[in-house]
Amino acid sequence: MERTAFQIDARDNVATALTELAPGPVRLAGDGEAEQVEAVEPIPRGHKLAVKFIAEGADVVKYGVPIGVATADIMPGSWVHLHVMRSAYDERSAHLNLRTGAPEDTRYE
Amino acid sequence: MSRKEIPSLEELRALRWRGYAREGGGIGVRNCVLVIYTVKCAEFVARGIVEGCQSPDVQLVGFDGCTDSQCAVNLLAGLIRHPNVGAVLAVGLGCEYVQPERLAEIAARAGKPARWLFIQNEGGTLPAVERGTAWARELLDELRNTPRVPMGLSDLTVGAECGGSDFTSGLAGNVAVGRFFDLLVDSGGTAIFEEIVEAVGLDWLLLSRAANDRARAELRHAYDKMIAYCRSVGQFSVSPGNFAGGLSTIEEKSMGAIAKSGSRPIQGVVKISVPPPEPGLWLLDSTPDPNPVQYGITNPNDSEGLMDLISCGAHVVLLVTGRGSVIGSPVAPCLKITGNAETFRRMSGDLDFDASPSLTGELRQDEVARLLAELIAETAAGKPTKAEALGHREFHIPYKYQEKEARRADCERR
Repeated sequence: MERTAFQIDARDNVATALTELAPGPVRLAGDGEAEQVEAVEPIPRGHKLAVKFIAEGADVVKYGVPIGVATADIMPGSWVHLHVMRSAYDERSAHLNLRTGAPEDTRYE
Repeated sequence: MSRKEIPSLEELRALRWRGYAREGGGIGVRNCVLVIYTVKCAEFVARGIVEGCQSPDVQLVGFDGCTDSQCAVNLLAGLIRHPNVGAVLAVGLGCEYVQPERLAEIAARAGKPARWLFIQNEGGTLPAVERGTAWARELLDELRNTPRVPMGLSDLTVGAECGGSDFTSGLAGNVAVGRFFDLLVDSGGTAIFEEIVEAVGLDWLLLSRAANDRARAELRHAYDKMIAYCRSVGQFSVSPGNFAGGLSTIEEKSMGAIAKSGSRPIQGVVKISVPPPEPGLWLLDSTPDPNPVQYGITNPNDSEGLMDLISCGAHVVLLVTGRGSVIGSPVAPCLKITGNAETFRRMSGDLDFDASPSLTGELRQDEVARLLAELIAETAAGKPTKAEALGHREFHIPYKYQEKEARRADCERR
């Protein structure tokens, strides 16, 4: 399948990878203005990539609504996940492993 | 997905099948004998009775606690009154708080044949299983005479929740359910969506869809209680698997989750075991109410959420899963829906519906919703779900504190 990401709302600054993405052109399906975005790093399937520049402290927008806050400047085409954004509500999730999502603050003896 | 003719809205609304008329009102889409244990100590015997009957229409639920819980008793009462239940056998050990005799009385008041026993009075496991099995078989025989009446979409109550969400849930699976809910509500039916704990940051959206001032006040209350609760227990409804799958925050997961409510006005909030008083779209608030012991967590697992929906009278429940789930439920058939084509292929023996064609652009979202509506009607007409065929009938009824009123002054007490 062609490298594709899905932007669900025209107001969004991120899109969801429907396939594994590697650096290079990515087709944008869904509701965005742009038809293509240039990925700048590998992005796992199901994860988000920025379709616009997102400044540190700005809202990350998906479905047309804020889904969190950028904790660093995010360049277009880069991977958007726990390492560059956080919830406005849930503090714990900032401590989870970036790739597995597993908690790193639980003690297993 | 094999190419299939997509039914029109008119065809879906004209569908009729035969339901089971209940004396006390309501029409069921299944006709089961519900065997209920009232404490963990009675589970083995109750399970032995169910297994001894060797019928998919004899089903098990129970509450583990020896100490009682008003919320669990309410939930059991909701299941007893459920239109898919035709008869009840309550099985107790003999020293617990929850009283099987009282449960049988609830069934009798609803016009349903009911029996109850205490294992201690019967003389232990073997005599209790023997008598219980004989009774359950008699009840099953009685149900053969249940009058059948025509029903359609407008008579249905359908509940929905999601579990094991991934990035497709918010883009396809929940969207299909949301579109179906629009269709169901427009056809005069009743839809219940769950998981206020997955509406974080979306109070404005819920409130903007309130059908009236009462609904607005109930939604405001349920939302504020949920935020206070999540903050107090330090846990939001988002799991490692969700993050690994690409969801970054509870807000992102919430927006995907709320998609399953569709777009119609929200008529109000119901609590566990309280059927919606009129058709339309309703939110089920399953979050514990503030209480002195602060015991329990919001949704320990998907089985509990499904039981909450069923206790509100859902004839059929929908579980949207991106990563894949295998569970079923007693009393009401559970259809499992995924928006992830890979998950559907990998677990096709367990999953009932593939909503992914809307993601690939193969089908429009409302076409997917109409296919789903057709499957739900077929299921209501008696076609077994994948979980029913496999014998999956999981349930979980935890200790929880919750009042039946959607709004109570005591929530502000703490």
